[in-house]
Amino acid sequence: MIIKKRYDLVVVGAGPAGSSAAKRAAEAGFDVLLIEKRQEIGDPVRCAEGAGKRGIKRHIKPDPRWIAAEVRGSRVFAPDGTRLEISEEGSGVEVGYVLERKIFDRVLAEEAADAGADVMVKTLATGLIREDGRVAGILGRSLGRAVEVRAGLVVGADGVESMVGRWAGIETTLAPGDIETCAQFLLKGVEVDDYCEFYLSNRLAPGGYVWVFPKGDGMANVGIGVLGSRSESGMPIELLTRFVNKNFPSARVVEVVVGGVPVCGPIKRTIADGLMLVGDAARQSDPVTGGGILNALDAGVIAGDVAAESLEKGDVSREALKEYEERWREKIGASLARSLVVKERLVQLSDKDLNTLAHSIKDKDIARMGLFDLLSLLFKTNPRLLWSLRKLF
Amino acid sequence: MTVRVDRYRCGYCGACVGVCPNVAIELVETWIAVNDELCESCSICVKICPIGALEVVGG
Repeated sequence: MIIKKRYDLVVVGAGPAGSSAAKRAAEAGFDVLLIEKRQEIGDPVRCAEGAGKRGIKRHIKPDPRWIAAEVRGSRVFAPDGTRLEISEEGSGVEVGYVLERKIFDRVLAEEAADAGADVMVKTLATGLIREDGRVAGILGRSLGRAVEVRAGLVVGADGVESMVGRWAGIETTLAPGDIETCAQFLLKGVEVDDYCEFYLSNRLAPGGYVWVFPKGDGMANVGIGVLGSRSESGMPIELLTRFVNKNFPSARVVEVVVGGVPVCGPIKRTIADGLMLVGDAARQSDPVTGGGILNALDAGVIAGDVAAESLEKGDVSREALKEYEERWREKIGASLARSLVVKERLVQLSDKDLNTLAHSIKDKDIARMGLFDLLSLLFKTNPRLLWSLRKLF
Repeated sequence: MTVRVDRYRCGYCGACVGVCPNVAIELVETWIAVNDELCESCSICVKICPIGALEVVGG
């Protein structure tokens, strides 16, 4: 495998966003390079691995190789233990897969390769090449050796730790209140059913939640997200350890996962001359759930399409790439913005408030509701507590 | 002053990189690199670290 000196498109980062973008552009006949700084794609995992079935199926045919478990719904626990269960078939959000990201991500990269993209791992971008005021390629290291790759267009899909956007002058720095700091154990020897569980409580997870996602064979991803502005050094792993010791005392820890999830909502700009940002690098993860896989896939496809169209026209200026900006915002922007409003209120609520909300709907018929309908009902039942959400419904 | 990474503890997740206002931290492959020239020891990264691997040192 030799990395060529020039490509139509270079994609930095082989997560779901990067691989989808690379695949689409390669399918359109363009010369694409997809690079991943890790020596293995998909590893280490930095994800709770849950995703809606319908969303996944929009992009790829389900394959038991990367489906660890299927879930029928979600169970949300208020701080006092009040339990709400939603399991609407076909809502898409609550009925889902728990993925095996190590395999899922690899398969997506393989699809990009099948479409004709060059793929190279252990290859890191260290800077951007600029020409005539636009991004014109990347500087990097591949297997430790310096490389210089020219490109008609660059896609930055380099995750929460994205440098590509910042190198190009796009502001993507996350304020502490705009990130969930997370830790997760993959536990073996736990009894869980086919529901995803969410524990809301400022005591358990300040400004975030604890999750328990089944992974099959007596395993579960048990993790925690704490709002950055309310965390202290090492708080997530400490709180998680406490939760696990209390709730799963006999479980064995077979994997530790840590990570940061952007919850800032849509950022102002995700393009520059010759450059597009996509996925976590573009802060496209959902501010309430922290889910990012489906948005990354959606935005990745759009970025790949716009890359192909712009290269075809020979115009990769920021003006031309506005097409990407418009299309991804049309697809997921409204939902991200709405989630941001909800998140900003949720993180302010005391445990008492959260209990009040749960009590207000626990006897109502919510079993077949999706998240949005549930929020709408909560708002109607508790308008004072959730007044800041009034414009959403 | 700068930030020191306890490599035995770090899970190289990149959360600290995302919050650094000075772009002083980079997640290379499996390690965190801190640029002492750019670091202003604001300690945002220290607080954000899910596993407690960072500390402000020196000065």
